Amino acid sequence: MANKAAATWRSVGGFLRLHRMSGASSRLCSSEKQKTIKMSASRPEPSSTHDWIGPPNPLSNLRPIVYRVSENESDLEKQLRKLRQETEDWNHVFWTRQNVSFSKEKEAFIISQLNAKGLTLCGEDGRRRSLSSEEMAVFYKSFLDKNRMRHADYNREWYRRNFTITLLMARIALNDFWRTVTERHRKKKNSTPTI
Amino acid sequence: MYKTPCSRLTGFLGVRTKQQLVQIAPRCNQTARSLIYLHKRNPSNSLTYQHLNFLKRQYVTKTSSELQQRAVPKHDLTIVDEREASVEKQVERIPAINAELAEVAPPSEDVTHKTEPENFPTKPATQSVTTPKGSASRLAATTDEPPHIQVETEEARQTRLDRQWKPLKVDEGDLPDVYARLAKIKLTALVVTTAAAGFAMAPVPFDPVLFFVSSLGTGLASCAANSINQYFEVPFDSNMNRTKNRPLVRGQISPLHAVSFALACGIPGVALLTLAVNPLTGFLGAFNIFLYTCCYTPLKRLSIINTWVGAVVGAIPPVMGWCAATGSLDPGALVLGGFLYSWQFPHFNALSWNLREDYSRGGYRMMSVTHPGMCKRVALRHSLGLIPLTTLAPALGVTTWNFPVISLPINLYISYLAARFYYQGDRNSARKLFFCSLWHLPMLLLLALTCKKYSRSPEGTAAPLTLARPAK
Repeated sequence: MANKAAATWRSVGGFLRLHRMSGASSRLCSSEKQKTIKMSASRPEPSSTHDWIGPPNPLSNLRPIVYRVSENESDLEKQLRKLRQETEDWNHVFWTRQNVSFSKEKEAFIISQLNAKGLTLCGEDGRRRSLSSEEMAVFYKSFLDKNRMRHADYNREWYRRNFTITLLMARIALNDFWRTVTERHRKKKNSTPTI
Repeated sequence: MYKTPCSRLTGFLGVRTKQQLVQIAPRCNQTARSLIYLHKRNPSNSLTYQHLNFLKRQYVTKTSSELQQRAVPKHDLTIVDEREASVEKQVERIPAINAELAEVAPPSEDVTHKTEPENFPTKPATQSVTTPKGSASRLAATTDEPPHIQVETEEARQTRLDRQWKPLKVDEGDLPDVYARLAKIKLTALVVTTAAAGFAMAPVPFDPVLFFVSSLGTGLASCAANSINQYFEVPFDSNMNRTKNRPLVRGQISPLHAVSFALACGIPGVALLTLAVNPLTGFLGAFNIFLYTCCYTPLKRLSIINTWVGAVVGAIPPVMGWCAATGSLDPGALVLGGFLYSWQFPHFNALSWNLREDYSRGGYRMMSVTHPGMCKRVALRHSLGLIPLTTLAPALGVTTWNFPVISLPINLYISYLAARFYYQGDRNSARKLFFCSLWHLPMLLLLALTCKKYSRSPEGTAAPLTLARPAK
């Protein structure tokens, strides 16, 4: 379900990019393929030393990350990478939907208000009419109230995922640290064979 | 630990300036956007004549609402979000260019770029409503303009987009700046100032070492709390204009790094307060961190009660300062806390009045959006409440009776502005109230300091005390 959602937002994002830039074709590939397929220049290949972070997505305003794939990736690291990618996709879906529905509903509201006043969308000079901030406030309030439960659920889920990711990162960091310490200790032992 | 008044101020000024731009000039789609983002990037730089000159040009534009910046397609962010100087120069040069160009794009690109956006309006409705319109109107804009400018932006944007995937590596040179922004250093400085005021108002001999240690501890605790706040709010910050340049949003450091920094500040800070000052101050510091990160931050999105919790968070630092000096929680400390608590409402309610769209889209439940009537009422109530509070100070022996008298003018003024805000409820009155609150608080604390009653002897009011005065 998440993958389908991920593929959806990626294709939407890709659609936009495709028609705004000539020759870009990044987002249509799914996350599983990103390691093996050489992406276009606008999405780098996963490096083995660091993550890549990209420009903000135009719909969700979130920055995509290409996660690092190290040579001998442990299970924990794989789990972390998958969780981060999944969280990123889930976040993108939520915010894209939020921003898009906000814009659409705002447009609809403006149009309906103007119609109620008997005005058309564009004035005589060709410019769009806008409503005062007090009139818009009615819309803002209704948008918040309508989405209250959705927001609450999102928050809970986001906090949970954020914590899990950070805990995993901490565990991996500790593992790495422990490994380096034990290796160094072993090396020292091997380099001084005689007591 | 306020709700970031300083960074809000920046964004607020940006909104105001942008509003004026939009109102006074012929709406200029691309230029206004680039100007706005430039200005927001560097609010300390005033707009240059070159920029304003460009506004005189006529463009076919789309204006959806007063707060145009929200309707802007986000891909334009990439134009000014780039840190490289060459790109910035490019954007600045675009407004100033008449016929000459910095980089001339080949004519074939011209054709390609012109034809492509034309396909845009036929795309299915799954795409953002604003984005196609934005591109279409930009295309319309180009018909009045030398086409090269538009092409240059498109092409330059593409190359920049390629370059804009940045490695998520820690850049050692950037770290101090990153840490400063992570800890919201300006806000921390304000918090330390209020704590210092609390320390100075305490009726005990002034101990400079203790003063320094308690300020340092408070500052470290505030850094920790702000970092955790940013760590929690990454997706929300990305979506609000005011906060989208924060280090975690931009990926300058990883979440684990931010948490480690917070722990590295918070644990020594609280330990310093507990061990070097006194346990009560340490407890208050830890409690405030908890209140800010675990109560206020999640509550922002759940219920309007977050404003009251935030007011308590702001009220605790002067209480901490007082406790650091005296070692006990006196009524005098609570009066100072009360000043901060009451002040918070006209300050924040007025600020949030003009950010309603951003809050609504980001899913933040603030009084200004959900209960506008209550928002104005509470601001007025607390502005008026400052006046009886000032009489409490001499009653408890914190200051002389001069204090309520000389603070009456500024309290009356802020109450007057709050009343105007209550009755008019428009952007202008909200703005005025907010800006008044910015100087009102320092003024109030300063007046309290000058009226400080040093000796607690019953016979009378002592002379005003300066900080440099040696202890008795």
